[in-house]
Amino acid sequence: MPKIRLDKLVKRYGSLEVIHGIDLTTEDNEFTVLVGPSGCGKSTTLRMIAGLETVSGGEIYIDERPVSKLEPKDRDIAMVFQDYALYPHMNVAKNMSFALRLEKRPRKEIQHKVGEVAEMLGLEKLLDRKPAELSGGQRQRVAMGRALTRDASTFLFDEPLSNLDAKLRGQMRAELALMSQQVQKSMVYVTHDQVEAMTLGQRIVVMQDGHIRQQGTAEELFKRPNSRFVAGFIGSPPMNFLDGQITRRGDVAFIEGEGFKLSLPVELAQRALKHPRDTVALGVRPSDLVPAEAGSSDALLLKVLVSEYIGAQSILLTECGPHKVSVEMNSSAPVALGQPLHCSVQKDGMHLFDSETGLSI
Amino acid sequence: MNGRRLTPYLFMAPAAFILGVALLYPIAYMIYASFLDWNPSQRIGQAEFVGLRNYTWLLGDASFRESLGVTLKFAFFVVSLEMLIGVGLALLLDRSIRGMTALRTIFILPMMIAPIVVGLIWRYMYHPTVGIFNKTLNAIGVESVPWLSDSFWALTSIIIADVWQWTPFIFILSLAALQSLPRSALEAARIDGATGWQQIWHIKLPLMMPVLIVTCLLRLIDAFKVLEVVLVMTNGGPGLSTEILSLRISRTASEFRELGVAAAMSNYLLLMLMLLTVLMFVYSRVSEARAARIRQAAEES
Repeated sequence: MPKIRLDKLVKRYGSLEVIHGIDLTTEDNEFTVLVGPSGCGKSTTLRMIAGLETVSGGEIYIDERPVSKLEPKDRDIAMVFQDYALYPHMNVAKNMSFALRLEKRPRKEIQHKVGEVAEMLGLEKLLDRKPAELSGGQRQRVAMGRALTRDASTFLFDEPLSNLDAKLRGQMRAELALMSQQVQKSMVYVTHDQVEAMTLGQRIVVMQDGHIRQQGTAEELFKRPNSRFVAGFIGSPPMNFLDGQITRRGDVAFIEGEGFKLSLPVELAQRALKHPRDTVALGVRPSDLVPAEAGSSDALLLKVLVSEYIGAQSILLTECGPHKVSVEMNSSAPVALGQPLHCSVQKDGMHLFDSETGLSI
Repeated sequence: MNGRRLTPYLFMAPAAFILGVALLYPIAYMIYASFLDWNPSQRIGQAEFVGLRNYTWLLGDASFRESLGVTLKFAFFVVSLEMLIGVGLALLLDRSIRGMTALRTIFILPMMIAPIVVGLIWRYMYHPTVGIFNKTLNAIGVESVPWLSDSFWALTSIIIADVWQWTPFIFILSLAALQSLPRSALEAARIDGATGWQQIWHIKLPLMMPVLIVTCLLRLIDAFKVLEVVLVMTNGGPGLSTEILSLRISRTASEFRELGVAAAMSNYLLLMLMLLTVLMFVYSRVSEARAARIRQAAEES
């Protein structure tokens, strides 16, 4: 049974439309991540699901029940906010039990529930503290604890890790992944960080300018991006793009641009030749570029500008004609700055995008 | 080096001098005067020194005690009503409705009118025959109310006028406090299932409390010193029913020509106000200390 279903959801502020009729269906107990650059409408969408923003058009279904007219409290949801949104005047235990206390649940039950969640999140020793007496990571945990204590069927997360420093963020991300396996709830998670999206999401929804551009698993989005935007947004370091033309010599199709000429694999060539336009962009991930023989004809000739050592791998920033190209390479390979480097593209590593629509070919 | 260390004091000297002359000298003068049996026709040097007699006499004086009672009653009722209405209005108007800016401006107008004018306006409105209240009451067939001529109604009337004038003060301060509350905490409360009342009771009011306490103390200090509105509206009457302390002090000095007693009375009032000020000071020190302790705990964790 689909858990959350957005049906042509629209949000307008006055005459300005920010969400343009999006459709989305998530499965029961699925971890869905809405990801996109700032201003893409991901937070607005989440806040509409939560009931904190009104819906201007379309409908939201939770368990096939239309909820867009319901108050947040009647939607059976819990939410974790970016700034944690803890109640500053209540201690940790009171923060976590607020919803249960409003429901006038028996004191025993509340204590039990709070104790259980506190143990799971390692908050037992902090129950008497006020939020101001906690560190950022602890506040984050309390915010999650508050959501967990409620026992709602759906969890919403609005960029919950973005106020933490890099190290803590990685740690909390892992804890969150673990927690989502343990509690088995439907979760909708908003982030602008594609690494968070890739590592946490079972279903990743890429948004841009109030539209859903693509959704799927991390692997689907990484291997088969449907547009130049998704290709450039997912993956780190980002995909390289080289503008060129499709040309044909005999049975072989080539992509040819300033400073490079590569033959296309058969399947891609067929699609490219059927495509009405022949000005395209070639997309290649830095990890799909591999060193080739010096004399190799079917390779990019790159000039190495900078080498960024990041451990086992190094990122080379190189130049290919007017294009900047980054290459991910084993750090043990000898590379000299300013020297030419021949790189061929791995099988399935080529992506072509229409130069006008940006859609995948 | 030495000269340099003195420079700041040199800069402060004019202000310190003015402060001394304008503030401390009159207070010292008043304290000294309160120990004298002093008639305005005498020079201060000719007045007889009577020690604490003025103070002890006042404690036994029924009129002073009644005046003190009126003042306490007045302060208690106006501040409670103003807090209730001011905070209530702020909670109601803390939202974006068309025309809200204009509405807010209108709400704070009474505060900007000179107290004498406020007194005059209300005296006309309370007028037994041509005042708008009695005319309206008569028009709907209700008997006239003796607004300013009955001791119960007179006190009620000045309380109403003061509430009208000073509720906006509490309104704007609580509105500012409300609007600086963390929005996301309120959203979290909505998701946690808090109704409008529960949000007010469990989130908004507790978070506004520091501002409300200071506002309340400020208003209390002001209410003890009220003079003009009452002077214009009732001049303390009928009988002594609205004779608040500051009015009693002024009458003791000018009508009864007892400068020493008036000074002693002023000192009693001053003591009360000092008590309130000290309370406010202690409150802010305590909350500062608590904030510092919390910060320290957060850094250690």
